[in-house]
Amino acid sequence: MDYATLLQILDSTIRLATPLLFACLAGLYSERAGIFDIGLEGKMLMAAMSSASVAFLTGSVWAGLMAGILASMLMAGIHGIASITFRGNQLISGVALNFVASGITVLVAQRLFGQGGRTPPLEGEARFHPITLPFAEELQSVPILGPLYHEVISGHSLLVYVAVLTVPLTWWILFRTRFGLRLRAVGENPAAVDTAGISVKGLRFAAVAITGILCGLAGAYMATALQAGFGREMTAGRGYIALAALIFAKWRPVAALWACLLFGFFQALALRPDVVEAVVQVKIPVPFLDALPYVLTVLVLAGFVGKAIPPRAGGEPYVKER
Amino acid sequence: MERLPRWADLALVPLISLLLAATIAALVILAIGQDPWEAITVMVQGSVMNAYGWGYTLYYATSFMFTGLAVTVAFHAGLFNIGGEGQAQLGGLGVALCCLFLPWPHWSLALIGATFAGAAFGAAWAAIPAYLQAKRGSHIVITTIMFNYIASAFLIFMLVDVLRPDGQMDPATANFPEAVHLPTLNELPGLSLIFTSGVPANVTLFIALAMAVVVWALLWRTRLGYAIRAFGKSEPAARYAGISPFGIIMLAMLISGGLAGMMAINNVMGEAERLLGNSASGAGFIGIAVALMGRNHPVGVVLAALLFGFLFQGGAELGLWTKIPIEMRTVVQGLVILFTGALDMMVRMLLTWIFNLFRAGRLAKGAA
Amino acid sequence: MADARYAIELKGISKAFGPVQANKDIHIAVPKGTIHGIIGENGAGKSTLMSILYGFYRADSGEILINGQPTTIPDSQSAIRAGIGMVFQHFKLVQNFTVLENVVLGAEEGALLAGSLSKARKVLTDLAREYELDVDPDAVIEDLSVGHQQRVEILKALYRQADILILDEPTGVLTPAEADHLFRILKGLRDQGKTIILITHKLREIMETTDNVSVMRRGTMVGTVKTAETSPEQLAELMVGRKVLLEVEKKPAMLGRTVLKVEDLRVVDEHGVERLKGVSFEIRAGEILGIAGVAGNGQSELLEALGGIARATGKVTLKGADLPLSGKGSDARSRRAAGIAHVPEDRQALGLIMDFTAWENVAFGYHDAPEYQKNALFMDNDALRADTEKKMATFDVRPPIPTLAAKSFSGGNQQKIVVAREIERNPDLLLIGQPTRGVDIGAIEFIHKQIVSLRDQGKAILLVSVELDEIRSLSDRIAVMFDGRIMGFRDPETTDERDLGLMMAGMTGKGEAA
Repeated sequence: MDYATLLQILDSTIRLATPLLFACLAGLYSERAGIFDIGLEGKMLMAAMSSASVAFLTGSVWAGLMAGILASMLMAGIHGIASITFRGNQLISGVALNFVASGITVLVAQRLFGQGGRTPPLEGEARFHPITLPFAEELQSVPILGPLYHEVISGHSLLVYVAVLTVPLTWWILFRTRFGLRLRAVGENPAAVDTAGISVKGLRFAAVAITGILCGLAGAYMATALQAGFGREMTAGRGYIALAALIFAKWRPVAALWACLLFGFFQALALRPDVVEAVVQVKIPVPFLDALPYVLTVLVLAGFVGKAIPPRAGGEPYVKER
Repeated sequence: MERLPRWADLALVPLISLLLAATIAALVILAIGQDPWEAITVMVQGSVMNAYGWGYTLYYATSFMFTGLAVTVAFHAGLFNIGGEGQAQLGGLGVALCCLFLPWPHWSLALIGATFAGAAFGAAWAAIPAYLQAKRGSHIVITTIMFNYIASAFLIFMLVDVLRPDGQMDPATANFPEAVHLPTLNELPGLSLIFTSGVPANVTLFIALAMAVVVWALLWRTRLGYAIRAFGKSEPAARYAGISPFGIIMLAMLISGGLAGMMAINNVMGEAERLLGNSASGAGFIGIAVALMGRNHPVGVVLAALLFGFLFQGGAELGLWTKIPIEMRTVVQGLVILFTGALDMMVRMLLTWIFNLFRAGRLAKGAA
Repeated sequence: MADARYAIELKGISKAFGPVQANKDIHIAVPKGTIHGIIGENGAGKSTLMSILYGFYRADSGEILINGQPTTIPDSQSAIRAGIGMVFQHFKLVQNFTVLENVVLGAEEGALLAGSLSKARKVLTDLAREYELDVDPDAVIEDLSVGHQQRVEILKALYRQADILILDEPTGVLTPAEADHLFRILKGLRDQGKTIILITHKLREIMETTDNVSVMRRGTMVGTVKTAETSPEQLAELMVGRKVLLEVEKKPAMLGRTVLKVEDLRVVDEHGVERLKGVSFEIRAGEILGIAGVAGNGQSELLEALGGIARATGKVTLKGADLPLSGKGSDARSRRAAGIAHVPEDRQALGLIMDFTAWENVAFGYHDAPEYQKNALFMDNDALRADTEKKMATFDVRPPIPTLAAKSFSGGNQQKIVVAREIERNPDLLLIGQPTRGVDIGAIEFIHKQIVSLRDQGKAILLVSVELDEIRSLSDRIAVMFDGRIMGFRDPETTDERDLGLMMAGMTGKGEAA
């Protein structure tokens, strides 16, 4: 494999890791606050459809982005009402919302555009376009690093850089702010938060809302940057891969970045089976690469690669006791 | 606040949840510019108003009975088996291998063999998450989700690279031999008087019903069932009572996975007569809804499976005869799961409130 | 109007949960700068009352005055603002946070943490100096001992500038030494002008620490007296409403052959901590061996190891036959088969499945007993129900309805179901932990009689209880446990509370080494 191919694969790694990273951090806020969310997939799908539709209709990708975030937050709100207000089963609520999203995105897109549940292709201002970072062209001739900077680091859409910056921001919020302290506390021991005079429900709704925003970004990125429009089931299980990455990262923001890059790398490899075959000299079936993130996550869950301890109060609705 | 009477809890709560889901679904249909009344008419017409429709409704219901029972058994052991989808796919592989590579003289023998093969493959697929839960404390919900995806990748590999006959384009096995063809309802003596045209519902319906009885007897009449239910309520107490957590987790998940895997005799052997990609087509997930709706009791599961069979067939009819896309049925399923599974507390609070209003009214009258 | 002599005044507080009246017209006035005890049996309504003060419940009627000012306390936030701090029986700490983070939680200075943390660090140092409340501010809670965790709870309240400190059963989990330290801290706080409310059911603590004491019984306030002017006997009588008959009538023991022999029994818990550190003893037929000790000194592990719930090492023989302590044959089922019955310390968490019916619970642990089977496949539920009816009649379980769920019975009747199930198996050895915890007086006497009658049939009984009176009146021989070891054996006729108390605190009593 030559250097150019490697750069190509790393470039698509970053593209493919971005929606995973948004969704993974989304799940991180929710789960750190004690709300399991297997509905990341559904929220992304809703956001993808909404952002593509609104971007197409208004011609503005920014309007699309807002619509995507709002749609995802709406879904997050329903999850919050079910699991926080009515203390329903968080897993079931997630499963249900994934079903609803899977169907309703097609219904709406079909109603709006009549193209079999797709949106028409987005063009011009209705899409996010690649940004060339400063000096990318000038430095291109520098050996090794120049092309790396030009091909891999530079030339992504704005949302990619936003995703990467969300990682340190999340770390800072979680470990350096009052809100972060309370958020982590409510996922570990809501009774401690409650007796300290802080609203458990308020905190959890805040966390779920952030989850909505980040899933909205993930979905909007899928439909308006990675691809040019929405297609049915276009998230293709990414919400679950993000969930896997979250466990793989043991609910830590910086580790989440590495986990998503790793899983993004597997996805990039799955697109180039020829390269994989050339490197390892054996024909690796593509489904094997597809399954790799899940297999790795199972190994982590089984404690073979360090123990993943979820937030202690995760999945349990908080009932005030005496 | 007074508690709800038992009959209201058992019958009224699911009924109101269903009504709420239906109301929201109607609003969705209105929102996409269609007529909800027309939709419900088409659904009822096409799924339960004639034998042909019933032939499909029962076919889907058969699959959902298996997966619903699978979720039920695991649930009573306190385990949320969300992996029915993957287990059913593996069951499909088992059934396909059994039908393709063993010489069966008659369909009845093949059915017995395939039932065991499907169950064995499904159980094996459930065994790994079960073992990891029992021995290493890995959360079974997450592992079974992961195993759904691993199963799906594994099946794509098997169908594309291993089982696909030479020269065939689509990823699927060869057609099963004629000898393993299962009689559909229209081919059964007696029933053929009712089902006059070809329908996919087949003899496995009776196996599904039998399994409902078996699961009921298992849970409420046997020592193992007793142990499963006790363990599901409290693991420390079960340990005190000498019930082995490892044994129960393994057995409950093996039975659960087995039931999910058995589903394949209906869709793979009974209908498609070859193994296709994504053969379970969501039935594993619908099993969760069926079990929830059926209150984790086999009788409830059978009724809920019929309801979802109706939704599935009715939804297909919608796609055929109206401008409402077939995806509407996915939305309805999601709404039913949401209201019966996650928002049941809301419905219960609402009902309790109404009941208390009535009680207060009666008390006031009594006092006056 | 405002009477500022009192830190807290409650006037006519009532609270009902459905048909249960938890608090009825409670009046109480707590003078500033005193330690005020509230004493009562389990279920007397103490915790409900304090939950109302801390804003967890709203009273149905009545008035709360803080420092003479009428105050409403709709939530915990308001309680904190009113200067009330609460140390719960079950600590409300975030286990993987540091002490500092726990103290700061909810009382942060601004949106960023750094300032709050450094301020808290300084305040903690001051408090540690002032009140013997030293804890490492950077220690993670899960690494701290229970006593230290409790100090963190007190620090949390003081950091929020609480003037009124409520402690709910604070010594249940402490060793006598830790408890003494706690009381020193409380007296120090009182001398600085803080008001302290101490909720407990232990008479000794009330007598030693408080200035005044209020007694609650069945949701009502029976009376408030100056501690110096009362006696334990008077308080006990107020608590239960009649003289307590603690003496159990029993004949002298007719000792038979050795039934249980335990040698160097050790248990290591899941965190790798050794909980039982080499325990040896024997119990003979017709003998009750009572294990005394502060909760958490290895008694639970002893019961669990013998009952087949916890893994152990060492050597245990039952009527001469070795019992495996780990691996095959060491589970609870094998123990029952060997003739050991077990009434666990926590009947709701272990002894019963609360959602199961009474008849299902009668089979609990014995669901594969031959008499409950119809054939090789199915259980005989009819036989089981009939058997339950019989047991309910013998043990006077009320209401005698086998199809009622276990959770619908009162604590005493739940315990009778468990005791009936285990004793009626006619075991060679009965393990029984906290037999009368949360059980009403009538049922206590009944259960005590059952234990003695089993002993008179020549069975061996291992009794674990934190109630010293219970141990002294039932046992033929007493062993005292401390820190996973047996400190010594005593004859109940010749020992006294002081002697046992010293051993419970880890100091060897007169004579005999550990």
